[in-house]
Amino acid sequence: MSGEIIKSLIVPPHPHPALCPEKNEGWQRIRDAYDEARRQIEESDADLIIIYSTLWPSVIGHQIQADPNPEWVMVDSDFHDLGSIHYSLKIDTDFAHAWNKANISRGLESRTVAYDGFPVDVGSVVALELLNPNNRIPAVICSTNVYSNRAETTVLAKSCMDVIKQQGKKAVAVSVMSLSNRMFTEPIEPHEDRIHSLKDDEWNQKILEFLSEGRLEDIGQLSRTIHDQIRVKKVVAFKPMWWLSAMNDNRNDLTGEVLAYEAIHGAGAAVVVLSPESNGTGDKEYDEDDVDFYGGDRNVLDSSDDETVNKPLNSGPALYDPVEGKNAVNTNKAPKPVGAYPHARREGDLIYLSGVGPRQPGDNSIPGGPIKDKAGNPLNYDIKAQTRAVVDNIARILEEAGSSLDNVIDVTSFLVDMDRDFSGYNEVWAETLGKVGPTRTTLAIRALPTPIAVEMKVIAKV
Amino acid sequence: MAKGSIVAGCLAPHPPHLVYADNPEQNEPVSEGGWEQLRWGYERLRESLKDVDYDVIVVLSPHWQTYVGTHFIGVEKCSSKSVDPVFPNLFRFNYDLTIDVELARSIHDQAKSEGMSVKMMENPDFRVDYGTIVSCHMVRPEWDKPIVSISSNRSLSYYSVEVMQEMMMELGRSTAKAIEESGKKCVLLASNSLSHRHFVTETNPPEDMSKEHITSHAMHLWDMRMIELMRSGKSQQIINEMPEFCDQAIAESDGGALTWLLSAMGVPTQPATLHGYGTIIGTGNAIMEWPCRKWGEQ
Repeated sequence: MSGEIIKSLIVPPHPHPALCPEKNEGWQRIRDAYDEARRQIEESDADLIIIYSTLWPSVIGHQIQADPNPEWVMVDSDFHDLGSIHYSLKIDTDFAHAWNKANISRGLESRTVAYDGFPVDVGSVVALELLNPNNRIPAVICSTNVYSNRAETTVLAKSCMDVIKQQGKKAVAVSVMSLSNRMFTEPIEPHEDRIHSLKDDEWNQKILEFLSEGRLEDIGQLSRTIHDQIRVKKVVAFKPMWWLSAMNDNRNDLTGEVLAYEAIHGAGAAVVVLSPESNGTGDKEYDEDDVDFYGGDRNVLDSSDDETVNKPLNSGPALYDPVEGKNAVNTNKAPKPVGAYPHARREGDLIYLSGVGPRQPGDNSIPGGPIKDKAGNPLNYDIKAQTRAVVDNIARILEEAGSSLDNVIDVTSFLVDMDRDFSGYNEVWAETLGKVGPTRTTLAIRALPTPIAVEMKVIAKV
Repeated sequence: MAKGSIVAGCLAPHPPHLVYADNPEQNEPVSEGGWEQLRWGYERLRESLKDVDYDVIVVLSPHWQTYVGTHFIGVEKCSSKSVDPVFPNLFRFNYDLTIDVELARSIHDQAKSEGMSVKMMENPDFRVDYGTIVSCHMVRPEWDKPIVSISSNRSLSYYSVEVMQEMMMELGRSTAKAIEESGKKCVLLASNSLSHRHFVTETNPPEDMSKEHITSHAMHLWDMRMIELMRSGKSQQIINEMPEFCDQAIAESDGGALTWLLSAMGVPTQPATLHGYGTIIGTGNAIMEWPCRKWGEQ
């Protein structure tokens, strides 16, 4: 299954283009651009719209809307005189729950919300009303955590991509946000609207120049600078660009199109469409350590007794750099070995992988949690998360060898607790390698070198 | 007509956890209790106000955030469900309240005449913010008094603490003048916490008090300092130290409610009464009362 992002959008959150576009030519052009973006979505084979809204702040990690049909009447806190929007949205709850699980597997604090009367934020309501009237495509909405940093926001996107790939979705990723966000602090007449300051306008133009060239990751790297220069310090910073860039594999060679750029009550409002086709210029140039698993220290509450929290390993066997022997295949995208051997070895048109566990490259953490603590006391753990992580590690090693999961021909699996774990392991297998169809043997063993529950030995074709 | 007056000014924080822990019938989620020190603090405040004659509660909440001036609800009957977007698991409250539109408009008009950017909110679909509801419910759960609901203008975000305070000082003076001219007796609520650094995880259950504490010693020191200044009647010093307090304690008084309250009471030198202090998901919360009704007797 090959899920992917087929379009990425940046759209403004203000209600003006939805409620009264006719009052200002610029607002009408934003509305027209929204309509054009909607038309492009309708002509694509998109089956999911993912909203990351800067107007839904959260404190307890990230929150994901999981009510299948949120309904209410939205009134903007500032622009209540423009009118009300009655919304009735269609949420892809399967995706919402899967994204939540994927977040937790990658070390994030995350939860779903599904409550009658929940106040869906103005940005999400406006975006979905204009991009997806009549709920033709199911949506999912995620909050912006007020404290999240770049690593956390990047991992949030990666876990979202995990689910897109697992479910084979053709997704449209939408960041609902202003560019410069300084509004006039006095009421103005619609015809008086303009970008609040020349400085804001110049920065906005620069951002749009980059985006029109498909240089999304460059904007992500400039995010903190942009926030310092043209953003009123509300609660959420300019982090949606981190999220959107990570949703696009931190690329700088997308194809970008600015459909409109106007002022809405002084703020910079733009509708931008980014497509994954390479524009042939630029390349990924990631400026910080890439991160696959969030190991931040913001869990101020003592949660050491949380049973399935992912923890980096602080003890265990020594780790080795993979051996660079004859025909060896090694990658820094897979965890370091616990002995002197390579990640894989290529012989003829076959690739033999060393036993692969769920440990994460970099911080050595275990998605789903370790099976025991340092003192050897058993811990609760999530076998599904561990199994998914094993499959992901296998995929990374095969990719390094120029192959893929589709070419796996034989697997030997090792479980430390067959009675407890076979069912969960088997479920993930069916969702992943089971669809490829390799032969498989599953063995119960007493222990593995690290506190993990599952390991796989793989043979694949090139 | 006799002059109106402020009979009490209160610092009345609004964490939804307190309503959740009290389990009123209007709130859907139920709990095993929790945060008793603060809930008993609100009990003491209610006891203090029990025999006080007043007509209306005037509340400024940082959870109705406006960027284009200060807004006032101008709809007399507000009835809906308030769901906290941050803690929806704790607070889904069915409210049915009355707005004193006449007084709201008087404060609006007075502030406007002083040059402030103000606006009446007259959309009947508007949902009252949960901060306003929590503070009012904890002070007067009978809901038998009309309220005036004032938004929190985020001038600190746009400019600085100094500009925010200048505006809130003016709004406080306008509030006091409008109340005086109205002939009404009012209780004022500044609906905010003190230090405001949250934990980013939630215990299971949320009311597990074995995990509740202030997020850091620095936050504790700031909270105690502010409480002591209030207890000793040093309002002007609170205003003077507000920039450092907002910056270092991420204080929720950045929304202007506390400065507005102190200004409306004339920056009192009289001591405030501490009814309770406690932390909620790491933030510092104090329930304070300035018993203005008694000051003329002194």
